[in-house]
Amino acid sequence: MAVATPPAVELRGLTKQFGSVLANAGVNLRVEPGTIHGVIGENGAGKSTTMKMLYGIFPPDAGEIFVRGKKRIWKSPADAIAAGIGMVHQHFMLAGPYSALDNILLGAEPVRLGIIERKKARAHLETLARQYGLPVNLNQPVERLPVGVQQRVEILKLLFRDATILILDEPTAVLTPQETQGLFRHLKKLRDEGKTILLITHKLKEVMSITDRVTVLRDGRVTGEMPTARTNPQELANLMVGRKVVLSIDVPPSCPREGTALQVESLALAGVAGSRHKLADVNFAVKHGEIVGMAGIEGNGQSELLQAILHPRESRCRTSGAVRVLGQDVTTWHASRIRELGVAVIPEDRQHEGLLLERPVSENFLLGLQRSPAFSYAGFLRAAHVERTAAQAVDEYDVRPRELTIRAGQLSGGNQQKLIVAREFQRKPGLLIAAQPTRGVDVGAIEFIHNRIVRARDEGAGVLLISFELDDVLTLSDRILVMYEGRIVAEFLRGQVAERELGLKMAGS
Amino acid sequence: MELDETARPIVTADLLASTLRVSTPLIFAALGGMFSERSGVINIALEGLMLIGSFAAAVGTFVTHSPWLGSACGLAAGVGLAAVYALFVIRLRADQIVAGTAINMLAMGLTPFLCKILYDVTGSTPAIPIGERFQSAPLYLSWALVAICFLWMKYTPAGLWVKFAGEHPEALDAAGVRVNRVRWIAVLTSGALAGMGGASLSIFLSSSFSRDMTAGRGFMALAALIFGKWKPLPTALACLLFGFADAAQIRLQGVVVWGDKPIPVQFIQILPYLVTILVLAGFVGRSRPPRALGTPFQKT
Amino acid sequence: MRKLLQPVLAVVVGLALGLSFTWFAGENPWHVLRILGQSAFGSGYDLGMTLFYSTPLIFTGLAVAVPFQAGLFNIGAEGQLTLGALAAAVVGALWPRLPWPLAPVLAGLAALLVGTLWGAIPGWLRARRGSHEVINTIMLNFIAAGLASYVTLYLFQSPDTQNPETRAIGTGYLIHQFAIFGGAPVSTALPLAVITAFLMWVLLWRTVIGYEMRAVGQSESAARAAGIDAARVRILSMAIAGGLAGLVGVGEVLGNAGKFRLGFSPEYGFIGIAVALLGRNQPAGVVAAALLFGALHKGAADLDLETEHVTREVSLILEALIILSVSAEGLWSWMRRRGPS
Repeated sequence: MAVATPPAVELRGLTKQFGSVLANAGVNLRVEPGTIHGVIGENGAGKSTTMKMLYGIFPPDAGEIFVRGKKRIWKSPADAIAAGIGMVHQHFMLAGPYSALDNILLGAEPVRLGIIERKKARAHLETLARQYGLPVNLNQPVERLPVGVQQRVEILKLLFRDATILILDEPTAVLTPQETQGLFRHLKKLRDEGKTILLITHKLKEVMSITDRVTVLRDGRVTGEMPTARTNPQELANLMVGRKVVLSIDVPPSCPREGTALQVESLALAGVAGSRHKLADVNFAVKHGEIVGMAGIEGNGQSELLQAILHPRESRCRTSGAVRVLGQDVTTWHASRIRELGVAVIPEDRQHEGLLLERPVSENFLLGLQRSPAFSYAGFLRAAHVERTAAQAVDEYDVRPRELTIRAGQLSGGNQQKLIVAREFQRKPGLLIAAQPTRGVDVGAIEFIHNRIVRARDEGAGVLLISFELDDVLTLSDRILVMYEGRIVAEFLRGQVAERELGLKMAGS
Repeated sequence: MELDETARPIVTADLLASTLRVSTPLIFAALGGMFSERSGVINIALEGLMLIGSFAAAVGTFVTHSPWLGSACGLAAGVGLAAVYALFVIRLRADQIVAGTAINMLAMGLTPFLCKILYDVTGSTPAIPIGERFQSAPLYLSWALVAICFLWMKYTPAGLWVKFAGEHPEALDAAGVRVNRVRWIAVLTSGALAGMGGASLSIFLSSSFSRDMTAGRGFMALAALIFGKWKPLPTALACLLFGFADAAQIRLQGVVVWGDKPIPVQFIQILPYLVTILVLAGFVGRSRPPRALGTPFQKT
Repeated sequence: MRKLLQPVLAVVVGLALGLSFTWFAGENPWHVLRILGQSAFGSGYDLGMTLFYSTPLIFTGLAVAVPFQAGLFNIGAEGQLTLGALAAAVVGALWPRLPWPLAPVLAGLAALLVGTLWGAIPGWLRARRGSHEVINTIMLNFIAAGLASYVTLYLFQSPDTQNPETRAIGTGYLIHQFAIFGGAPVSTALPLAVITAFLMWVLLWRTVIGYEMRAVGQSESAARAAGIDAARVRILSMAIAGGLAGLVGVGEVLGNAGKFRLGFSPEYGFIGIAVALLGRNQPAGVVAAALLFGALHKGAADLDLETEHVTREVSLILEALIILSVSAEGLWSWMRRRGPS
């Protein structure tokens, strides 16, 4: 009787606790060799933790790891790498100013008489690149490579170290739909050459399209495990969240009112000498009572657009063109003055741009509002009034826990976002700018935030929604604009466009 | 500005030689700072490391009658104090600027304290006869070191690790190298080199240790490092610039530039410090520090 | 209560380590501890001298604590206080016949203004040129020392003595000294310092500007995103810091020496760093820490006199060790995990 080939990877009862958070509670996982295995779950479900333990970044508190049937204990990633496991992290582990070659060699440098043998390594890599169809310019500093190519560098890193088990953590977060297809082609080729692939993602459609089997994690536990062919997105979503999830809310049609909340005219921003413009001839308007969604892949000018609208004084924002907010030409205005007009902002990076993580919730509630007549008088803060208003808002916007003295950093992503929404809506905004409003937010809070954005629109605000999540854009927008390489390249009305065409426009075709 | 007759001999080969000599401690310290900062650890403590090095070297040389053994003492003292610094900022994750300042204060307090215990005075250590001091060796050594650092950073794996420890420690960690160990060694190296810089102050440029003799040179070395974009050769050249200001300042004292009274000595003495401020103000915006500089590394 | 534990423990650890140094020097550490205690609080005169040293430390401690809240590290208090004191003495020497109370007010304002200017310079350099205030303030300390030397020796040198000090200020400038401290020069500068500390608390926690400073110090990116002008806040906080340090001149020139003496400051500026850190950058903590370090300073001076081997520099060593203990985040983080901020 033939002995069955052991699974490439088997995890039994993996458990890990961080302080009071139980990130993984007895996770079991079995990955067959030569397959693509999806691991799916919401933010905070524990997927990254599991993979980090598999990769040796930290040890499990309990449980065992088996690679090709043998029990292994890692003291560091070096051990996992030696056993043939490689990981491509969600945030690339690449040091910008150094070459792709150096980034790949790090930690595995071929050495002769103390000197790195770069020529030899280069030759070897070029062979690998050809074999797996991953062309890369090895001499370029990594920061000058496009994101899709950077990902190839990351994969080459693993192949250079003879990895047979590849873990990819949210690999498509920054890729266009076309680049994603390209990645999937590479993955299939790798699988056909015998590699085992673990795909960590929260995107249901991707799991359905490329994986052979899928494991679902929720709150640190495995809630489901099956061949992909035998399941569907709805079932997976339910296993991820634990209740029947409405995948998209119903948005009533808009009634645009008179007046423009935001008008951008011929906005242009020159790039650094020689490179293309960051923004070129951007023209659009957002009327009161409508939601305009700006779709586009990260890095196509959205951040620059936001800077130009909200911080026009900073010289790096604009070389020509005008911005009008709520009827005023703000092209030379100071940031605080613009906000005082009644502009609410949900920033794209809430931890660094929206909150003072070490300060209590009550102080965060004041951020940006500290000069408003409601909260200050003759330069002094009206402390009691701030507390009262904050308490009310925290209640109304369901920020949990309902405790004003805890540090903002202790709230979960969704509650942090709700706190920011609560604060910003204090202004009774005429213009709401929401950038990546659902990033890192759990499904329950996503619903809440979507509802609030629609409500703001119905109460007369103009809403500019900038998001890389097509779900956000397609669900909420009354009008969709597509941004590509600093230009608006397409415009659609609600219901006029499907995801595939949107993806094509986002990629420039 | 019309230079008076007596001022003309200022710009001579003599001045250039003096510049090279005076820059030597700066080069050692700045190269030491380079290792530390490239690996991600801010090193405000260069001043204190130099100070304790200069003290230990003076004492060591006086006792052993050999400048080489004295230098070894200076080096060892620098490493010892740097170890304290590394313990606090790497292991205990103290704020690097705060801890660096404390280390400087510690050196400023320890040196007269130890001086009193050994020699019963706090002002300076006993003079070392000229035969037992360095005549020019540290100067050549410092430039040899510049070359070694350049080659080492570019061609060895450890050099690559130091660069990544400061630029993207998460990547280094993911590649299986222990980031904090790299940083420890980098900081200890900076202690050794700064100690050597201090030694060249007390047993090369002068004949003993005197209280607070570093007079801000550790900070000038740091400024040279920033000006030199944390790279060995530009940093060494920046040290030459500051050394020039220092050497010129000694020469300009008592010189009549216009009228009939010499420039007050204080205005000349502040020249190197002024140059440092101007250099930093003009150029810092353009140079990019290592991305992870100042952030303690912790596995998440 | 828990928040107090960290600084208290740090002092204990620092003291213990520092005392071990004195043991290494050949002195009995208990003997040393006793001298320290007695010297600081033993008599009315001793207490007075402790308070006299504590007064400038409150000012310099605030001068470090306030910009720290805005994320800036002011190592320039030494230069700022030097020029502030010099300014007060120069005013007093230039117009010796002005009457009280106009005279001290004028001299005090001069000290405040000059200090503010000297603090604004590195603030501007950081805000507009991006160069780090740590190096700039240290450089400015040396430059201030040079300037003070020039002004004293060349312009205002006292004809009555060989010492490097300015002419005496007019008698109308002198402020009241409290007699109960047996001759120790404790003046109205002390209550001024305490009031200033209170005002700084009000500034930081009850005003809009104070909120903006703390926001910039907490997270510059978030403050910027909220529309706060980080550059303006930085310049302002450094200017205020300079002014605070400059006020040391009130106590020294108007309340003690009656003139500016070159090198009068036993590193008040640097000790202010220790004071601010130990006081956790809060005004009330600064006052308490200033008292502690004032006692330490007085004690160390007596130690120098009463022991064979221990010099007054041991106080610097102690202060450095205390700073190190306070700053060791890794040691204290287990405490933080217990509760809210």
